[in-house]
Amino acid sequence: MKPLTTEEIRAVIARGKLKDNIFKATGIFCLSLALIVIVALIADMVIKGSERFTLDFFLNFASRRATQAGILSAWVGSLLVMLVTALAAVPLGVAAGLYLEEYAKRNWLTNVIEINISNLAAVPSIVYGLLALGIFVYQFGFGQSILSAGLTLALLILPIIIVSTREAIRAIPAMIREGSMAVGATRWQTCRYHIIPYAMPGILTGVIIGLARAIGETAPIITIGALTFIAFLPPAPMSTLGDGSTAGLFDWVMAPFTVMPIQIFNWTSRPDPAFEVNAAAAGFVLMAMVLSMNAVAIYLRYKMRKNIKW
Amino acid sequence: MSANNTSGLHRVSDRLAYNAMRHWKERLIEAILLAAAAVSVLTTLGIVYVLVSESVAFFSQVSIVDFLTDTQWTPLFDDAHFGIMVLVSGTLVSSLVALLVAIPMGTIIAIYLSEFADSRVREAAKPILELLGGIPTIVFGYFALLVVTPLLQMIFPELPGFSLLSAGLVMGIMIVPYIASLSEDAMRAVPMSMREGAYAMGSTKLYTAVHVVVPAAVSGLAASYILGISRAVGETMILAVAAGMQPNLTWNPMEPAATITSYIVQVALGDLPHGSIGYQTIFAAGLTLLLITLVFNILGQWLRAKYREAY
Repeated sequence: MKPLTTEEIRAVIARGKLKDNIFKATGIFCLSLALIVIVALIADMVIKGSERFTLDFFLNFASRRATQAGILSAWVGSLLVMLVTALAAVPLGVAAGLYLEEYAKRNWLTNVIEINISNLAAVPSIVYGLLALGIFVYQFGFGQSILSAGLTLALLILPIIIVSTREAIRAIPAMIREGSMAVGATRWQTCRYHIIPYAMPGILTGVIIGLARAIGETAPIITIGALTFIAFLPPAPMSTLGDGSTAGLFDWVMAPFTVMPIQIFNWTSRPDPAFEVNAAAAGFVLMAMVLSMNAVAIYLRYKMRKNIKW
Repeated sequence: MSANNTSGLHRVSDRLAYNAMRHWKERLIEAILLAAAAVSVLTTLGIVYVLVSESVAFFSQVSIVDFLTDTQWTPLFDDAHFGIMVLVSGTLVSSLVALLVAIPMGTIIAIYLSEFADSRVREAAKPILELLGGIPTIVFGYFALLVVTPLLQMIFPELPGFSLLSAGLVMGIMIVPYIASLSEDAMRAVPMSMREGAYAMGSTKLYTAVHVVVPAAVSGLAASYILGISRAVGETMILAVAAGMQPNLTWNPMEPAATITSYIVQVALGDLPHGSIGYQTIFAAGLTLLLITLVFNILGQWLRAKYREAY
C-alpha cells in the first residue's frame, strides 16, 4: 500500500469528521423529533380544547350535547380508583420488595418469585383486564366496580413498586443493618425503624411512577366493563341515597364508575367533531395529571441522588 | 414483662419467654412478607387459569384448525367464523410499522447519547424521553387519529380515516424511549478501554460506535428490541382509536384493521353475557396474545444469554 500524502491524510480525517458530524446531526434530529411530538401533542390539545377549560367542564357530568359535557364523573372516578390502587399496591409491593431484599434465602421459591415478577412486567396490560374480568368481576363477584378496577391496576403496577423498593433498599449500606442488629434489634425492627425510612424516597418515586402509569391505563378498565357514559357520582360515605337510606363508609367501592381515559376514548370515538374539542380538553387534563406526577418522581430521584451521602 | 419492673428481664425464664415471643413475632412477620411476595405468583397463576379455562370452553365449540386457518373473523355474526389470523395480521402489520420507526430512531438516539452527547445533554434528554414514555396511550391514540392521520392524508390522499399506518407510526414514537433508554444503558456498560483501543488505532467516533461499541453491546440491544416488540404487540388503545376495529385480513398498512387487543376492547365495550361464545373469544384471543409475547420474551432471554459478552 502506497503511503498517503499529507493532503490525502487530511482528506481522510475531514471525511471522518464529516461523517461524525452528520451522525451527530441525525442524533439531535431524532431526539428533537421526540420533543416535537410532545410539544405538538400538548399544543394541539391546548389549542383545540382551550374553549372548554372552564370550571363547568370540571363540574359537569357527561352529556349528549358536546358543549355541556364535562368530566366530573371521570376525574372523581379516576381519583377513587387510584385510591384503591394505592391502598392495595403500596403495602403489597413494599412488603414483597422487603421480603426479597431482606428476608429471602437463595432458594427455588425466591427464584420463582423473581423470574415471575420480571415476566409479569412484560405481560400486556389488556391481559390484566381479562384476568380481572374472570377473577374479580365474576369469580369474586365484585362486579364492574371501583374495587375491581383499583385491584386490577394494583396488580398491574405491583412489579414497578417491587422493583423500585428493592433498588432503594439495595442502596442502603450494610453497616446500617449491622449497627441496628448489633444493639439487639430483630430483623423486623431493623426494617421498620431503619430500612423503610431510609428507602422511603426511592419507594415513593416508584409509587408515583406506578400511579402515573395506572391513571393513564385504559385497556384493562374497559375490559372489566367500566361504563362510558355515567351521570352520577359514587355515594359519598354517610350521604343520603335516593331511597332515603344512608350510604355506608365503603359503599363507593362497589359503585359503577368511569375514569378519565375512558371518557377521552368515548369522546374520540364519536363521529360528531364537536366532541373532539372535549376529547382534547380532557386529554390535556389527563396529560397534566400524568406529567406532573412524573415530574415529581423525576425531581425526587434527582434530589435523592444529590442529598444522600452514606 | 410488667411495666413497673424497671430492671426488666432479670430472670432467665422471663428472658426466654420474651425471646420466644420475639421469635414467633419475627416468623409471623416473615410469613406475611412472603405472602405479599407470593401475590405475584398468584397473579400469574390467575392469568393462566382464566385464559386457559375460558379458552378450553371456547375450543370445545370451535375447532383449533378453524381457529388457525380460517380467513374470516366474524365471531358475533350468525355465520360465525373464528380465524385468528385476521387479528394476528393486523397485530403484526401495526407492530412492524411501529418497529420500523422505533428501532432505527431508538438506536440512533442511544448511540448519540452514549457516544456523542456530553453529559449535560444526556442529563437533559433522559427525563424528556421518560416523559414521552409516560404519556397515556389513549392520548397517543387521540393524537394518531386527529393529528397524524390528517397530516398523512395530505401526503397520501387515498389513506382512509382509520389505518394501521398512522396508528403504527405513533406507536413507534411511543416505543422509542424504551428502546433508547435500554440500549443506552447497554452501550454505556461497554468498557472505556475498548473505545480507547479503537481511538488509538485512529478510528473516528462513528466508526468506534458502529464497529466496536454496538457489537459489544449487541445482547443488550437485542433485549431492548424484543421489549419493543412485546410493547407493540400488546399495545391497545392507540390501535383501538386510530386503526379502526374492522377485522380485515391484510398485510397493507394503508388499510384499517383490527388487532387482537382492539378486538378485545371492542367486545368488552358491548354488553356480552358471561359464558357466551363472544365472551369466550376474547379469552382465546388474549391467550394468543400472551403466547405471542411469551415467544418473544423467551427469544429475548435466549439472545441475551447467547450473545452476552464477558469483559
